[in-house]
Amino acid sequence: MIYFDKVSKVYPPSMVALQDISFTVEPKEFVSLIGQSGGGKTTLLKLLLAEEKPTEGTIFFESVNVNDFPRSKLPELRRRIGVVFQEFRLLSNKTTFENVAFAMEASGRTPEEINRDVPHVLELVDLVEKANHFPHELSGGERQRVAIARAIINQPDVILADEPTGNLDPLNTWEIIRILKKINELGTTIILATHNKSIIDSLGRRVITLEKGKIVRDDKEGRYVL
Amino acid sequence: MIITNIKRVFKAGVVNFFRNGSVSLATVLISVLTLFTLGSLIFGRAVLLYTLDQVQNKVDISVYFRSDALEEEILTMKQSIEQLGEVKMVEYVSRDQAIADFKEKHKDNALILQSLDELGVNPLGAVLNIKAKQPSQYESIADFLKKASQQDNSIIDKTNYFQNKMAIDRLTNIFAVSKSIGIGISLALLIVSLLITFNTIRLAIYTSREEIGVMRLVGASNRFISWPFVVEGVVGGVIASIVATAAFYPLVLWFGPRTKDFFGGIDLLQYYASNFFSFFGVLLGTGTVLGVISSFIAVRRYLKV
Repeated sequence: MIYFDKVSKVYPPSMVALQDISFTVEPKEFVSLIGQSGGGKTTLLKLLLAEEKPTEGTIFFESVNVNDFPRSKLPELRRRIGVVFQEFRLLSNKTTFENVAFAMEASGRTPEEINRDVPHVLELVDLVEKANHFPHELSGGERQRVAIARAIINQPDVILADEPTGNLDPLNTWEIIRILKKINELGTTIILATHNKSIIDSLGRRVITLEKGKIVRDDKEGRYVL
Repeated sequence: MIITNIKRVFKAGVVNFFRNGSVSLATVLISVLTLFTLGSLIFGRAVLLYTLDQVQNKVDISVYFRSDALEEEILTMKQSIEQLGEVKMVEYVSRDQAIADFKEKHKDNALILQSLDELGVNPLGAVLNIKAKQPSQYESIADFLKKASQQDNSIIDKTNYFQNKMAIDRLTNIFAVSKSIGIGISLALLIVSLLITFNTIRLAIYTSREEIGVMRLVGASNRFISWPFVVEGVVGGVIASIVATAAFYPLVLWFGPRTKDFFGGIDLLQYYASNFFSFFGVLLGTGTVLGVISSFIAVRRYLKV
């Protein structure tokens, strides 16, 4: 489903972020990316979103080369990939409902579909009562749940979560992980970049370890080892 | 689908405008200042043109005829002058009219009236007052009159052009210079204030640059991202033009009557009232176009994610 083929990324003049990365992600997999800060996790996710271009190698998303997408077609690719960031990145002057609805509006869904789907997804992340709150009126955990709702609303094939729990306390962390696991059980592929040892150990899923831009370990039922 | 999208874009633009409170307020205030400058320039131009017009109307050439000239000869002369392309109007003042005017003008001066009575006959000749279409055309009219007066048996006693030449020349110059200086200053002021507004709108959008990136990453197309900003610019422009137009009302209400004499008789209040729609139209058009163009250019920079 996702295939990285000998991908390297060099930031000029000579900062090597990724070097000769090759791996495959199958549908419905839950893959964790671990490694130190600056290890290349975020760069890898940016390449998959076509936010940046690889210096060498190719990235396939369902047998389509991501870098062959013309800029005007990128929105179509991105509607099939949901993203969750460490710093939430909600639209500050939109309410919870509008933030989630924005992703649907952007992909041209009808008002009927929006009014049907958004409450349903807000229920899934337990935010129905905060539907009309603005991001600054929500706690960190709540904001991240809004971000997850926004990421899954278009029923993407894959969710990219870049340290989604990095700014959260343990209780909220587990809540987010619980939701991600649930989404995965419903059939969505998840790629999770994280620093959190206990999350990885409790998941017992595939773990790819990056070190200085290279894959040093890829375990089917991995534990957090650096 | 298109209609749904248009509705969404409009709604997002208007809602964002009001939710962005202080940023929108700053943009509108700056736009009001720009439009106010523009409005002042429009008023200034009206005052200048009106005053110039008034002064120009006061310039003329007077041809004085010998007191023994026959009225028919003078009228023939009048006709031939009227046929000149430069001439706007010729006014004939007969000898009787001339003496009557003279007496009226000096009715408080007993000495002059007494001397006239003593004289017994009317010493004044008939006069033709000639107005040109342009101040610069008096020269050629004067040339024509000069040739006529140099003929034998000319009925022309004298013309006052060459006495007035200096004054007329100077006025002609002042008209030309004040027009071009006026245009120059107006353009400079306008460009400065347009640039300030443009930059303010750009700054307002700069604060949204990260959110524009997020919108791209959740799959919004460039058009879907940028049009709400343009709508926001339009809303700001419309509000600013209404505020600026309204702000002129108390000003002209107060200034109009007080400056009427100073500006050679133009009533600003009346000018404002009778040109209200074209005045508002110019400000509205400028405000809207400014909002659209600045928003469009500004938002484009942050769409490259």
